[in-house]
Amino acid sequence: MLDIVQILRDNWLLLLVGQYPNGPLGGIVCTLILSVLGIVLAFPLSVPIALARLSSNRFLNWPATVLVYVVRGVPLLMIILWVYFLLPTLIGHDVPGFATMLCTLVVYEAAYLSEVVRAGILALPRGQMEAARALGHGYFGAMRFVILPQALYNSLPSMLSQFVSTIQETTLGYVINVPELTFAANQINNQLLTKPFQVFFILALTYFVVCFSLTKLFGSIEQRIARKRLGTATPVPAANTPSLPPSNLSAKQLP
Amino acid sequence: MNDFNLTAILMNPEYSAMLIKGIKLTLLVALCSWTLAMSLAVCLLTLRLTSLKWAQNFVAAYVSYHRNVPTLVQLMLWYFGISSLLPNALQAWLSEHNAEAVFAIVSLGLCQAAYFSEDLRSGLRAIPSGQSEAARALGHSYIGSMRHVIMPQAIRNALPALVNHSVSLFKNSSLAMAIGVAELTHAVKEVESQSFRAFESYFIATVMYLALSLIIMGAGAWLTKRLTIAGAR
Repeated sequence: MLDIVQILRDNWLLLLVGQYPNGPLGGIVCTLILSVLGIVLAFPLSVPIALARLSSNRFLNWPATVLVYVVRGVPLLMIILWVYFLLPTLIGHDVPGFATMLCTLVVYEAAYLSEVVRAGILALPRGQMEAARALGHGYFGAMRFVILPQALYNSLPSMLSQFVSTIQETTLGYVINVPELTFAANQINNQLLTKPFQVFFILALTYFVVCFSLTKLFGSIEQRIARKRLGTATPVPAANTPSLPPSNLSAKQLP
Repeated sequence: MNDFNLTAILMNPEYSAMLIKGIKLTLLVALCSWTLAMSLAVCLLTLRLTSLKWAQNFVAAYVSYHRNVPTLVQLMLWYFGISSLLPNALQAWLSEHNAEAVFAIVSLGLCQAAYFSEDLRSGLRAIPSGQSEAARALGHSYIGSMRHVIMPQAIRNALPALVNHSVSLFKNSSLAMAIGVAELTHAVKEVESQSFRAFESYFIATVMYLALSLIIMGAGAWLTKRLTIAGAR
């Protein structure tokens, strides 16, 4: 236990920002930046993929389905190796590990998020689309103004939990030497050599604290969304409560 | 990348032997950790269903730890950390018997057990309480009602999630490469560095992973369809 405190006191800066002022930004800050950027950049890609998967046009539907199934069926590590190898050959010069990992995450998360968005769209009643079309919206107008606002809002909880798994997936950057949290912990372990359990315990604990608190936070957001959806979908309590007081009120007001 | 030549790798006896060894180890790790995970998940579920407060808290903590710590970090904690705390005799024995693979199996199995037990539990929670009341009223004991009435329905409910998590267990077996298990991803990197044919070797590995994942998904879909009782929800 003392060892753990000692290691933390000596290396907290390395775990937090890596070798930042003298080297690349790393540690937990790098992990968080990588996951936020990954999910934020993947989101705009995921919506068109979801729409393509829902489309009845074979030339849109097939490529999107193939993409989603390939990404779902192949380990993330394999996709990292692909990007690590393909990206430099495609753009013609060396790519730093951070950019490789970011690219991988964007591809991977876009496929997973597109499934989330698709589920959100499919969960809406068909009447929404039919009503929007009947009111004179085109397909894109209906999507833009009626379907997507509802579908994206409803799938927000799944997207947030996807963010937590993205944080966990950034650990794989360690394999291609991205200086994120796992990499920093391995650096510490290589310096100390004698205390592997303590170092990796700290690492596990850090991830646990970050992911657990985010999960709890997102859980409360999810409940709020669920309550809001319930409130708009079933106006029973709103319609019932006023019906009781009036009799009371009128009784009081009469005299 | 100038010429795409799959036969250069597939027909080379050395490379193909490496790949076959890799896929065998991937399958071994995946199957062993799946078995471990499933049996542990049933134990965890049983603990959670008891009325003992400490047992429920223990399972909740177990699940929350394994869901919130990245699998790679769990692997490292087991392979570098916990292995160093074991008695020397056991360490020596393990290092003679492919310690990397053993720790990969243990940590992947323990991790996936948390997911499996949650899948089973949510399958169980979806069963209306009337089912178990009716079973008890018909004279089944607790065990009997579980065995003949509740569990057959709960497993059907949990099946899609179990299949999804089995696929991710299979995919996660590639993480074992980071601690030096010579499974498929590891073998492919070896083949690539020896043959300088990155495109072909990655392509072969991707096709293999994809084929196996799709087989698991397909088998799951087939099983779900087969087990569905006509007329039930």
